[in-house]
Order: sequence, then C-alpha cells, then structure tokens
Amino acid sequence: MPSLGASFGRGAATLPEWDIANADCILVMGSNMAENHPIAFRFALQAKERGATLIHVDPRFTRTSALCDIYAPVRPGSDIAFLGGIIHYILERDLWFKDYVLAYTNISTIIDERFQDADEGDGFFSGWNEESRSYKYDSWQYQGEIVPSSLAEHYVNTTESFSEKTKRMEKGPPPRDPTLQHPHCVYQIMRRHYARYTPEMVERTTGCPRDVFLKIAEELTRNSGRERTGAICYAVGWTHHTTGVQMIRAAAIIQGLLGNVGRPGGGILALRGHSSIQGSTDIPTLYNMLPTYLPQPHAYKPHKTLKDYIDSERTPTGWWHNFPKYAVSLCRAWYGDNGSEANGWGFDWLPRIVGDHSQLPMTLAIRDGVIRGLFLLGQNPAVGGHNAALVQRGLAELDWLVVRDTGETETASFWYKGRPVREGEIRPQDIKTEVFLMPASLAAEKSGTLTNTHRLLQWHDKVVSGPGDSRSETWFIFHLGRRLKRLYATSIDPKDRAIQALTWDYPVEGEEEEPSAEAILKEMNGYSWQERRQIGSFRDLKDDGSTACGAWLYCGVFPEEDKNLARARRADPPAGPGTHLGWGWAWPANRRNMYNRASADPDGRPWSERKRYIAWDAAQRQWTGPDVVDFDPDKPPDYQPDWAKDPEGMEALGGDCPFIMIADGKLSLFTPSGLKDAPLPTHYEPVESPIQNPFYTQQHSPTAKIWQRPDNPLAAPEDPRFPYALTTYRLTEHHAGGTPTRSVPVTAELQPEGFAEISPELAKLYGIANLDWVTVSTPRGEIAVKALVTERVRPFRLDRRTVHEVGLVWHFGWQGYATGEVANILTSIVGDPNTSIHEGKALVCNLQRGRRGEGS
Amino acid sequence: MKLKRSIGERVAGFVRDWSLPRQLRGEDGSREAAASTMSRGLRPRLEQADTIGTSICPYCAVGCAQLVYAKDGQVIHVEGDPRSPINEGTLCPKGAATLDLMTSPERLTKILYRAPHSDRWEERPLLWAMDRIAFLAKRTRDESFVKTLPDGTPVNHTLALASLGGATLDNEENYLIKKLFGGGLGMVWIENQARV
Repeated sequence: MPSLGASFGRGAATLPEWDIANADCILVMGSNMAENHPIAFRFALQAKERGATLIHVDPRFTRTSALCDIYAPVRPGSDIAFLGGIIHYILERDLWFKDYVLAYTNISTIIDERFQDADEGDGFFSGWNEESRSYKYDSWQYQGEIVPSSLAEHYVNTTESFSEKTKRMEKGPPPRDPTLQHPHCVYQIMRRHYARYTPEMVERTTGCPRDVFLKIAEELTRNSGRERTGAICYAVGWTHHTTGVQMIRAAAIIQGLLGNVGRPGGGILALRGHSSIQGSTDIPTLYNMLPTYLPQPHAYKPHKTLKDYIDSERTPTGWWHNFPKYAVSLCRAWYGDNGSEANGWGFDWLPRIVGDHSQLPMTLAIRDGVIRGLFLLGQNPAVGGHNAALVQRGLAELDWLVVRDTGETETASFWYKGRPVREGEIRPQDIKTEVFLMPASLAAEKSGTLTNTHRLLQWHDKVVSGPGDSRSETWFIFHLGRRLKRLYATSIDPKDRAIQALTWDYPVEGEEEEPSAEAILKEMNGYSWQERRQIGSFRDLKDDGSTACGAWLYCGVFPEEDKNLARARRADPPAGPGTHLGWGWAWPANRRNMYNRASADPDGRPWSERKRYIAWDAAQRQWTGPDVVDFDPDKPPDYQPDWAKDPEGMEALGGDCPFIMIADGKLSLFTPSGLKDAPLPTHYEPVESPIQNPFYTQQHSPTAKIWQRPDNPLAAPEDPRFPYALTTYRLTEHHAGGTPTRSVPVTAELQPEGFAEISPELAKLYGIANLDWVTVSTPRGEIAVKALVTERVRPFRLDRRTVHEVGLVWHFGWQGYATGEVANILTSIVGDPNTSIHEGKALVCNLQRGRRGEGS
Repeated sequence: MKLKRSIGERVAGFVRDWSLPRQLRGEDGSREAAASTMSRGLRPRLEQADTIGTSICPYCAVGCAQLVYAKDGQVIHVEGDPRSPINEGTLCPKGAATLDLMTSPERLTKILYRAPHSDRWEERPLLWAMDRIAFLAKRTRDESFVKTLPDGTPVNHTLALASLGGATLDNEENYLIKKLFGGGLGMVWIENQARV
C-alpha cells in the first residue's frame, strides 16, 4: 500500500482491529465493512455503543450503512472530491490539530519554488513529460533537498543524481517556516490546492447532498484533538481505481491534519481480503519487491552491483539508513556460503526487472505468447482477472499450466468449459496447453503463519492431512526445487549458478516429507551465520555477512530456538491494557499501534489522560506504555541532531519525529517522492466515466496505466452507448473468485447466483421487474444476470443531470454449486500508476432487459 | 425381576422424568430442573475428538482464530476460538463454513492431467506430475533465459515463466515461492492477489 507507506512510512494498517473500539468517530469508506469484514466490524459497533459516531460513505446503501449514524452516497470514483472537500473544510475553518500537525507533519516544510499545482496546469502538476507520459519529481522536492521515498523503491527519478543530492539531507533539517506564511510551504500549497473543493463542488461531483457532506465534516473534526480520536476503515472500494492510491492518500492527509495517527482509536485500518494478503505483500510474491520491502533490482536503475544498489537505495537519514544490513542478510539467507563479498553475497544472481511485471501486463503477456509456462497457486484469474474473456483466450496460448487449488477452478477448466469454448470460438482439440490440476491443502491441513490485516502473524497447526494427494505449497515448491537442483546439478552455464547456489536444506517431516514450516520461519526471522543462533531483533542484523535474515521486518517472531511467538495465545484479560502483546506477533517488533510516539505531545507527555498511550518517563529516561514503542526507546523527546556532526540514520531524527521510516521523520501531508501521479491527491474521473471531469480539462489521471488495444477496448468519457455508472462488489457468503465458497454446499445455498442491483427509477426506464433477467454490457462484452430492483441504489443527482448506477456482484463462474456469468467479462485492463491495480469499482455500462443470446 | 413395567409405572416414570412440571413448580429451568433421562445421556460431540488444533480462518484477512477438532484423522468440527481478542469465539458465515470447505464433495484428491489438444482429464501419480513439471519448467527457462540486455546490463531473468497466487497462502509458502522462482530460477512475473 504505497499510499500509507508514502504518508506514514510503512504500507500497512496503522492500528489493530480491536483498537477501533476506542475511536470516537469512525469513517468507513471504500468498504462495506459489516458485510465483508463482519468480525472486525464488531469493534466499530462496540465503539458506537460507547458513544462513537459511525459514518458510511459509499455508492450503495448496504448493511454497513444501515448500522451507521450517517450514510452519504457518492458516485463511484468520486471519492477524492469528497475527501478533498473534507480537507478544504478542515483548513478553511482552521480545525486542524495544530500542536500535533506543526510538530509531527511536514506542513511547515518549504517546497521547491518551481512546484506548480495541478490547478495551474489544468490537471497536470509541474514536471510532466508528455513524451514519457510521466512526471519528473524535481519540482516536488523540498527546497534544496531531494527526499528519498519511504517505499520499497527509495530511489527517486529526478534529473540530478539521486545519491549525490540526497546526501544534502545530512547537512541539516529540511527548510521550514513554522509561521506557515511562506508561499511555498506545504500549508499554503494545500490551501491553494484544495480551495476549489467546496461543499458545492463536492455535491456537483459526487452527488452527495451538501448538508450530509457538511454533517460528516463536522463530525470528523469534532472528534479530533487532545481528547478525541477518529479512525478510517477502507478496503478494495478505494484500491480498485486508477486513482486508488490517491484516495488513500487523501485519507492519510485527513488523519494527519486531525492528529489521529499513532494514537489509540486513531489511524487508518486497511481491511484486506485474503487470509495472508498482508503477508504476501510483506513476503512478496510480487514482482517489484524482495522480502519485507526491499526493492527488486531493476535493470534501468543504478542496481548493477550490490554497492550500486545500496548507494542508490540507502537513505541518509531515518530508519532506512539500515538498508544495507537487510539487503546483505537476505542474500546470505538465500545463497549462504556461495555468496561472498566478491559477488555481492549473491546479489549478482538476483533477476532484474525491466518494467511492470504485475498481473495486468502479465495477462497481456500470456495472451501474446510471451509467457509460456504458468503456475497458479490458489488464484483463479478466469473469474478474478479483469477482461476475463481475454484472460481465458490467453490461457489457450500457454504451453503448460499448473493449477494448485482445492477444487476444479474455472481457470483449470478453461479448455473445455471456458466462455470462448462454449461459444464455439475455439475447440478443445485446438488448445495446445498441457494442464496439471493438483489438489492443495487448507490451513488446518498444514502448519505455518498467516499475517492478518493489521500485521499480526498467527500460527496455525496441522490438525489433519488434506484429502488424497493434497499437499501444501511448501511441499510443492520445496520438492520442485529439489528436482530442479538435481536437473541443474552438473551445469556449468553461469545462468544456472543461482539455482545451484540457493540454500535449500530444510528438514522434512513424516512420510510425505513435508518441509518444516518452523525451519522456514526461522530463516525468515534470521540467525547468526556462524553459530546458527536465532536473532531477537533487526537491530542486531549486520551488513558484513555475519547474519542471515530472509525477511528483516519479521525478525523477532522466532527470537530463540523453540520460541515461535506466532504461536502465542495469551490475550489480555478484560481489565488489561488491551494491546494483547501476548497474542500472536505483529511486525514490526510486535508493535500493535504504529507511530505511537505520536500518542504523546512533543515534550513526551500524553495529549490527554483519556488518550494516554506511550509517554516519556523522565525518571527512567525511556518511553513507556502498554505497547512496544515505535521509536528509539531511550531517545529523549528534546533530542535534536547536531547537524555540525553530519548525523546519519536515526541520529538525524529529533525526539519529535515519530515517523521514523520517513527520511525527515515527519508525516508527509505533501509527498515529494514515492508516488508517480501526484504529491497531493486531486480529483480525476475514472478512465471510463459517465461525466466530464468537473475540475479540469484533463479527464482521467494522466499517469493512469492504460493498455488500449483491440481486445481491451475502452469507452470514451460520456460515451452515449454506455451511460450508467457500473460498480462491482462482494457478498458476505462468498469469497473473491468463489472457489472456496461456491463449491461448498452451505455457502452456495445462502447466495446461489449472481445479480445486479438497480434502482426502481432505472428499472422503470426499461420496464424491468425484480428478478427479471437483464444483460449488462461494456465495450469488452456482456453478461446476463438477475435484476435486484432496490432503493438501496439511488440515482446520483449531479450538476445538471442524473447518473444511474448498476451494482454488480462479481464472485460467480461456471464451477461449483452457485454459478453465474463471470462479471469480469465486463471489466477492463487499466491500472493505478503506482500499484497497477485495476479499476473494477468505477466503470460505465449499458443495460438491457432480457437475457443475452443462448450459449451463455 | 419384572421385564415389563405396567402402564401406571411407565406414566409415573415419565412424569417423574418430565422436566416441565418441575419448572412450573418454580425450579430454575436453566439448571437441574431441565434434566431428563435423555438429556443426561447426551454427550458433547467434541468429546469424541482425539486431536484439537488452533487454526486461522482461511477466508478474509481479519484473522479470526479457530479451533479445529479431529477424530481418527478426520476433521469433525471447526469453531471460533473464544480466547482470540479478534473474534472472541465468533465466525462469519464463511468462517463458520470452514468445516464444510474442508470436507466439500468438490475437493480434489488426485492429480488431474490434461494432455495438449486432449478433450479429457486423466488421473496421474503425484510424483510423475512433479517430475514432468520440473522438466517443463527447466526447458522453458533454458529456452528463454536472458543474461544481459543488448547494452550489457545484467538481467539474469526469464520472461517466459510466470506465477500467480499467494494471498491465500502461508508466509512460509510465499517465502519459498519467491526464493525459488525469483532467487533461483530468475522469474520476474511473480504476482498475487494483492493487486486484485
């Protein structure tokens, strides 16, 4: 989550789920929390029972809305206009938490005077390069300093050499004007930027009536300050946009201005959708990172050798100054004694990326025959992948496909049941793909850790064996690796050195020779290379090859032999502190509420007794509280770096810098680096939108990733063929692509088929009655579903016109007991410029009464 | 010893055993007054379990803790772990169906193989499939591996192999995937559901 990373320093939920109960105000937006994260929503209801105000802002009225105090409808994709309106309200009414914001954020920092706002550029910030369709970030930097990003990719693409220029940060603190009068300070830039986000503009753009908007703004600001805190909960309703990262950024700015980050009951809770989606971001089966937020080496960046990599990615100030220790220890864990100083501890063997290798371009590379062999490990892209017909056609281009899952997925059966086959476009005998469908084990059939949405690692036991030939992925990968190592054992080709050098000697257990999950977790935690002794803290990792560590942020989960803290099951008693430090283990260092230095004022005192959390104990000369402090534990609040001594790393951060992963220790209201689309969130329309952008001539984000090609056609803005706003969503009873619920009798029975929600007004236009068949179409294709005519979906009344909405459930496919047409036939391959996440939450469509032609 | 009881004795026995009159007399219906011969014979199903393990719900990322009960190697019950500060014993409709997921008749038990251009699945042995997949992975990698770009920049990668999935898997599984596929084979198309 680059937005949270760029704003606060780490790309993850800032607070534990249970801390939501301590909030005085909760905004749920981009999430239908009651239905999709029902157990976490209990904490919101507990807060409500204690008097908190609950607010839901969403394109549809859902069960979350029904349980909240205030519901505001917003047109799909208009969230930044709404949130920008809140920022405008806070700034213009002077309702920001001044003591917090002046001390802990970059509000007073002076930005390069060449910076030009998107208002002046009619939708473009300064630095735009039309040819490359991207920004140069020079003019977004602090005056006279380039600021390295806190994201995995620290390197900043500017015209001047990064490593040379960032070193200036060591020479002194960033230029600031605490009076906020400087025209180029962040405060003045933000005031100018958000001046247009008036309640009238919010109403025109989002369709939310201004009195409802004002009521929400009032509640959010009322619950801010020394005595009160508020939390924001979001999910894929924010990430699934070409402006998704900036939506979350806008929330981060609001939480910064209201002083909510790092304090009990305050912060941002990212509600993620899969059992280890946080874990698989930390331990990334993602192309652009190595474990726990180290950048994957890139061929077009100065990453040729380990030294180049370290020089360009190590930040001079802040925590990431420790970067070399983590990079070297990772190489040690992977290549062992085959690595040496001469080959950068094996760094030279790591593959280099050359561009965007994420799922959307992967889909096209499969279709275009670039990718010839594909492993699908618990993912079902024939249902979950965007432009699903293109996905299915692509699978037929593969030489071979391995599907590992618990049942026969749509993806595994594409060659005889896929839509192009059923509709006669291709025949099975014409499909060359060799397909392996392998049964996989579920959580209680294997041991290991899952990392939940608030960074909590919890161990699960193997209780039974999976049926028949079911195996875990550790088994599959370990034994595949063994075979490959054998096949490559005698090779003298340098290209095979990496696989030969890889450490791969995990102990195995039982007849099936299951590799020990604890042994793998111990390697991720880290150990001393010579003595093979477990390491208790990432503070003890070294950059000289004397430590091995597969995932530095997970260091501490297995601190000693036979001490697996992910197994810990000691919750606090009702009268206890409620941080539950003895239940599971949360990265980093078992912290539950990140940035918790900010729960005390600049002098180290609690902001209030009511919101006491971490505080400076002057007698003990250390920070104390019910949580693990997110700071140097003995750095006094009045510590200031001595710039004459060229301080580095944490020495360069003062005692009032709670955001230690950021180079200047301050929450980034304005993000000079790390994000590719904007330093301040601004409203663009979705790539496909029923209206013109009310803010700029520039319609959609100029940096949005758009792969326009004949098999991925897009609707133009205000395309009369597709007049309705389309949004997709999920149900409580089904999970994502549906494999683990549509094939289960009880959940399939609860929600047996797909449907589209439409308003009575829209239904009337077409003479559609409840449960009639309707055909929904986009430029990519059409599907038939049942209509659910309901007032939960309301037409949006914008400036001069009305926009109707279609809400479409997307879980369904042709396998299992609960079936329906694949909704992602309708969606397109376009992506956020930072994350390459698709835009499944805001598109346009057309509607017809009746079921599309047979063969469906 | 009388083998058969008279009707009178049976009625008297029934009335003695019947819990309703006791409760109507004012005894506490949530205690012994509710007991009967049948209820005294009831045993908790979970008593049969020979193994209990802690688990984590396999669906969303809230991280609800579960207790998994098994007997003779077969799972017989899954419930929310009351000790968990996250779910305090509760589960949502999906989580409550974990037992049904584990025991679904739709679950695969065998390796299914579809040969090129074939119109059917065939069962194959697991180890045969592992050998075949290792062979194919090596062949595709060897045919596509790129050591350097034309300008000499090292890349050490293959663009012909891809992997998708991971968000439903354990950290240990993701770690091995990234280590073998990335660090060992030089794959760069490694992705999961974090972007969908």
